Amino acid sequence: MRIGERPPAALPDFRNLGVILRILIIANAMGMMATVVRATTPADIIPAGLEIAGLLEPLLLLLLLALVALNRPLHQIPYHWGCIAVIAAAMAVVTVAYFIDYHWLRIPDVAWWRVTLLSLFITGTALLYFNYRARALSPALITARLQALQARIRPHFLFNSINAVLSLIRTEPKQAETALEDMADLFRAVMADNRDLIPLADEIALCKQYLNLEQLRLGDRLQVKWYIDNMPADALVPPLILQPLIENAVYHGVQASNAESEISINIYQRRGELHAVLSNPVYPDGTSHSGNKMAIGNIRERLALHFDAEAGLVSKQLRNNFQVHIYMPYRRRETS
Amino acid sequence: MSEIENSGTAPAENPSRPSRVLIVDDEAPARRRMRELLGDCAQAYPVEIVGEAESGRQGLALAQSLNADLLFLDIRMADMDGLELARHLLKLPTPPAIIFTTAYEQHAVDAFEVHALDYLLKPVRTARLLAALQKVRPLPQSADAVLERANPRARRHLSVSERSRVILVPVDDVVYLKAELKYLTIRTPEREYLLEESLTKLEEEFGERFVRIHRNCLVARSLIEGFERKAEEDGDTHWEVVLKGVTERLPVSRRQQHLVRELGRGKASL
Repeated sequence: MRIGERPPAALPDFRNLGVILRILIIANAMGMMATVVRATTPADIIPAGLEIAGLLEPLLLLLLLALVALNRPLHQIPYHWGCIAVIAAAMAVVTVAYFIDYHWLRIPDVAWWRVTLLSLFITGTALLYFNYRARALSPALITARLQALQARIRPHFLFNSINAVLSLIRTEPKQAETALEDMADLFRAVMADNRDLIPLADEIALCKQYLNLEQLRLGDRLQVKWYIDNMPADALVPPLILQPLIENAVYHGVQASNAESEISINIYQRRGELHAVLSNPVYPDGTSHSGNKMAIGNIRERLALHFDAEAGLVSKQLRNNFQVHIYMPYRRRETS
Repeated sequence: MSEIENSGTAPAENPSRPSRVLIVDDEAPARRRMRELLGDCAQAYPVEIVGEAESGRQGLALAQSLNADLLFLDIRMADMDGLELARHLLKLPTPPAIIFTTAYEQHAVDAFEVHALDYLLKPVRTARLLAALQKVRPLPQSADAVLERANPRARRHLSVSERSRVILVPVDDVVYLKAELKYLTIRTPEREYLLEESLTKLEEEFGERFVRIHRNCLVARSLIEGFERKAEEDGDTHWEVVLKGVTERLPVSRRQQHLVRELGRGKASL
């Protein structure tokens, strides 16, 4: 699951929604091109396009289904065999489907060789595209990007926390010790090489340590409600994906007022997706929200680097509440 | 020691009476830590800690009621930050000495360095605290401009000095501001206050909140209820703005008449 290392050339993950979308776009674009080439007048394009779509879409869906099903074995064999297998799968799907169609439905008046060559071109182009894309999104680039996006601790938080620990040392040495241990864990996580996905349970533990430190400073002003009884603790998530959002919630929703303020964190699983919803009160204030937007943009980009189109972040401001909702595919460590 | 120096109000120069210290910080551990540190310095520089405040507003009230003459003032606080509180305190007849404390506020710290205002970085070292105590002096009036520039945020309150006390007027309550000969009149639904500030500067500070309807008048945008046409004696007409919370109507100058169209329509549909 590590991103950023130079991988040997590999087939894309066919279960990934982003990959599926790209295949659909490439195939349909080429189908369009074929239509345009065949058409003699512009008016021909639409009926010809419909005809080719009627042929192309079922084939494409069949092929995608096959690829999703074969995803695991395809990744276990060497890359070049994988490519050959994908092309072979495409040919097989085309051949089988074509003859079924031809004999039973008699729809397409398209020669077999034309369909086969076309699908060969499409498959080849898609494979070339994914190969090129893997290179363009060079590991060095992704690593650099992830490092630039690495969560940072607000200096204000750091120095105030140290000050809070100092205030405990004489009177509450035990509590001071715990606080320093929490701080050490937090910094270890922040300074770590954060390319590997980690179990959700670990991220939650870190968030709780972070909140302990904030509690020390803010006392009763900080109220936290966790709704995580139904969360899949074994889900793999990018490290520090929740902590910066919670830090934001504390910064804008708790520190901005002298009143008691409640942050709620709700994590659950739904249809193969992991969802986390955070909400915090908003106070009418002149403080700029640019820091907030930056953190949210940062998380969004990291989710995209890890999960492409399958993950996302939605934020919205309800009347007096700010809410961030992130979702990502529910992945587990594969036991091999 | 020259007479001029003796006439200063600096508490440090009067060894017979320890400074009356008020600690203002919105984090309890930070206040406790400051107490400990002041205790550590007590041998070399005894002070009397008269109170603690957990917000800027409370700080302003306690500084006056407890007659504090030295404040440890955290810069970043929720309802009113330290920079704003200091500006309000400057309106007292004898403002207290202030030592700002901050965990990290590069912008403000740079300004303090340049203008020799006292500050301490948290966590505070005893030696630095002692050095700060020994050279402490009242905040000069000139600090107001420095504090204004050091604070990127608009104030949450305006403050007026009445009978040697500082009264806070929350900016949210202000319906309009009107320039008279020498003063500004601040109008809230309850009453009027006199303020010695410039209308132009306030307009800059609060930006979108107020809208200028006349050369001498800013009104709260959110409190505009509508506009009315008023006939003058010579047959001409002019527009007047109707505001929530007050009964008086204020004239809109000819130059600002475009506001009637821009703001009036939106309001009419409410």
